Amino acid sequence: MDNNLVQIALQNVNMWAIMPSLILICFGMGLLLINVFLPRGTTKHAVWISLIGLVVTGLFVFKGWGDPQYGFNDAVALDNFAAFFNITFLVAAGLTILMSDEYLRREGYPVSEYYPLVLFTTAGAMWMASGTDMMTIFLGLEVMSVGLYVLAGFFRNQVRSNEAGLKYFLLGAFSTGFLLYGIALIYGVTGSTRLTEIGIYLNAHTSLLGNPMTLAGLVLIAIGFLFKIAVVPFHMWTPDVYEGAPTPITAFMSAGPKAAAFASFLRIMEYCFFSLKPEWTAMLWVLAVLTMVVGNVIAITQTNIKRMLAYSSIAHAGYALVGMVAANEIGYSGILFYMLAYAFMNIGAFAVLVLAGKKGEDNLTLEGFSGFGYKRPFLGVAMTIFLFSLMGLPPTAGFAGKFYIFAGAVKAGYLWLAVIGVLNSAVSLYYYLRVMVYMYFRDPLEDYAWVSMPVSVVVSIVIAIAGSLYLGIVPGFVMELAKLAVF
Amino acid sequence: MINTVDTLPAFPWLSLMVFLPLSGALLCLLHTRSERDCRWLGLTVAVATFGIAIWLFLSQQPNASGWFCVEDIEWIGRFSIRYNLAMDGIALVMVLLTTFLQIVSMLLAWPVRRHVGLFFALLLILESGLLGIFLAQDLILFYLFWEVALIPMFFLIGIWGHNRRHEAALKFFLYTLAGSLFMLLAIIGLYVIHGDQTGHYSFLISDLARTELTLRQEYLLFGGFLAAFAIKSPLVPFHTWLPDALSEAPAVGSLDLTGLLIKTGVYGLIRIAFPLFPNATSECLPIFGTFALVALFHAGWCAYHQDDIKRLLAYSSISHLGLVVLGLAAWTFTAWQGSLLLMVSHGITTGALLAMVAMIRQRIATRNLQKLSGLWAQAPCLSALFLLFALASLGLPGLANFSGEILVLIGTFQTRPIWAIMGIAGVVFAAAYMLRLIQRVLWGEPTQAEVADLSPREWLILIPLAILTVWLGIYPATFLKPLETPVLLALGGLP
Repeated sequence: MDNNLVQIALQNVNMWAIMPSLILICFGMGLLLINVFLPRGTTKHAVWISLIGLVVTGLFVFKGWGDPQYGFNDAVALDNFAAFFNITFLVAAGLTILMSDEYLRREGYPVSEYYPLVLFTTAGAMWMASGTDMMTIFLGLEVMSVGLYVLAGFFRNQVRSNEAGLKYFLLGAFSTGFLLYGIALIYGVTGSTRLTEIGIYLNAHTSLLGNPMTLAGLVLIAIGFLFKIAVVPFHMWTPDVYEGAPTPITAFMSAGPKAAAFASFLRIMEYCFFSLKPEWTAMLWVLAVLTMVVGNVIAITQTNIKRMLAYSSIAHAGYALVGMVAANEIGYSGILFYMLAYAFMNIGAFAVLVLAGKKGEDNLTLEGFSGFGYKRPFLGVAMTIFLFSLMGLPPTAGFAGKFYIFAGAVKAGYLWLAVIGVLNSAVSLYYYLRVMVYMYFRDPLEDYAWVSMPVSVVVSIVIAIAGSLYLGIVPGFVMELAKLAVF
Repeated sequence: MINTVDTLPAFPWLSLMVFLPLSGALLCLLHTRSERDCRWLGLTVAVATFGIAIWLFLSQQPNASGWFCVEDIEWIGRFSIRYNLAMDGIALVMVLLTTFLQIVSMLLAWPVRRHVGLFFALLLILESGLLGIFLAQDLILFYLFWEVALIPMFFLIGIWGHNRRHEAALKFFLYTLAGSLFMLLAIIGLYVIHGDQTGHYSFLISDLARTELTLRQEYLLFGGFLAAFAIKSPLVPFHTWLPDALSEAPAVGSLDLTGLLIKTGVYGLIRIAFPLFPNATSECLPIFGTFALVALFHAGWCAYHQDDIKRLLAYSSISHLGLVVLGLAAWTFTAWQGSLLLMVSHGITTGALLAMVAMIRQRIATRNLQKLSGLWAQAPCLSALFLLFALASLGLPGLANFSGEILVLIGTFQTRPIWAIMGIAGVVFAAAYMLRLIQRVLWGEPTQAEVADLSPREWLILIPLAILTVWLGIYPATFLKPLETPVLLALGGLP
């Protein structure tokens, strides 16, 4: 190769642009190496090292705030947008890791490989958020997904967990195929995989906008992400996978990877397809309504709390999608804020489930929660806060987030969408309240099994409470950050 | 975007008053082990809060526009949401009523045995929420307190209620929250319209009142607010949750529900819905009047046919609220003063009656009119006070409700004589069901051999209520005085 070319290529490499994820990967690799030399069943060190890794990564993310870094020929950008999402992923991963150790031990899988997998998944999510090239985004998606496939099926002796892993893998691979096909079509039309270049090319050649190949590419790419976000009608995998996967992984999946998919989806739609905005907002309008309605209506009929939270997470994806339909600054930054808020409140709720469940998790039904609030006052109060936040009542993060997104929708003139969203919130009240009815209005079960309250899980719950309340009571600062983070 | 300057008084009395109960609630929650401490803590905080309210009543002079103690600081800059508390005469009267009835509630809650700490904590949270509703001038802050006041009542009904408490609590919560979500949407809508129009985004009621709206926009937004306020009030036909919630709620819960919580609906109408949408309001006044009359008759009729005293009182509350709304719909100074006074009187008398129902139920273990009889012979003091409050409730001259009712009727007669005449006929209903109540409970053959008369704690609850009942009947000017300026200002906005 020409020496000159190599030099140009190297100049365009800017390690700072991928520094956070690089650090995370290094920690993950290091952890894998260390595990080789330690006896099986020792996991404490893995928890600590992963947490340190996340914190160090977080510091680098903060350092990059307000000082965007572009690298690898503009295939990667560590801008505010990516940084904000990175914080969301780190929060999700941190809370997940904190609650995992106890859970894995109880279920009989005290295995330290789990933690590097979480770190790799998080790194993949970070690439998705900072990818400004279709290929980078695809790479991030695959890194993230492969890790998640393994984690979802982590309990290899449990049929449900196997089912979750396999289902997620098969359907996930299928959807990735859609995405890749879409990318190929768009490359065929525009001759580029760079997001900005695609956008400029499409904007300059308006005749291409109506081209079936462009539209097919747009739709196929959208399907790839909508599958990861679990938007109706691409949501079928969600309940089974969420129910079968280990609870901390379910929590992680519902917050981290979902936010990552939102990040890339937002970037692609805004960078590449801004010329087609009326078309894709119309498409997403329908999907947002469907997602909210189907998610909420099916969640009502659930008697298993884990499954109920899975369906409700579909509905929450629908609320966030409202922000994309609004397609204005408030709506977009609303999504950023909502995803962070959702990471706190939803993972918090799952953390309570981790402590409430017995081995094998056969008691996460509503009946099993009878009188839970009196038997375990702290967990009861925590669950109450998370549920109120998920309902969207003030002064919690959920309210601030929903307010943000619906304000965006009203501002953009989508009054009816906001009305439908609000009506759906009203429907969701019923199934969240029912948990509380069981927790506080019923007498405790006689054969209630006591499980210990390990410090790590309690810490994750406390952080989640703090986050849910902070983002609800004084959301001003984070809202400003979210505003600065959108394009 | 204009940045309004923060204003803070020398001492944030209003914030102290709103957050004192909340901090008391946290202490109660942390200290659930000692039931005795929780009771005393609850009572002390309630008394202290009442003390602040009295102090404000005595010491503060409103400025020209009727406001005092304004606290205004930025809360969420991104959406120019402000932390803005202020008080005028109407708010002052409602605050006095709230803080006073909360002391009664604390005393009435003394015999609660299950989860005492939680019970008192919820009562205190409720108080904070209510005070916030009456004082907030920023719509998001208002909405926050509106929901905060809702949550404790859900738990109060659901945990300590009677047999069908689960359904009643859910019905109450879903019904009222669904209404308030529409209000939230209307708030956002108004905010966006106002911001697009003036370039200055704000949630302050005083700013939003200056928005230029088309009549269609006004109707839509007014409808959103009305959904919340009409359900909470409750106006017929949105009243069905109240009898269920009230009859299933524990004694204290039903006292707070009728005495205070449903007043927030009417307060919202006066404070927010009417001033923000004057044109829609003036178009809708006849409809309000009609529904108010329907409520007056329908609820009165229903009340007459109830055997459960609590359900009877629930319908009687709906009927009284009908009269209040009738006065508002008449849109005269006298009628408005009467309406506001009637809200206070109704809170006192119905609250007292509900407290007494709880006392009777403790003794005879029933609230069924068919099973009660001859209380006078066994417990004369209790019966005498019951008679006093029941007579006050039916509007006997010289007692609390009368002064409010007569002002409403006089004021209504000035603009809508037919309404006033029908209103008088409706008041007769109140006499009918109240006399039936008195006759069934007090007269006749005693059902039980021994019924204890009032205990010292019960005396302590009832005496202040009785004094206020007489006071409001004989010298209502104490409470009418602070209402003058704000009522005049509120009415000035309309032809």
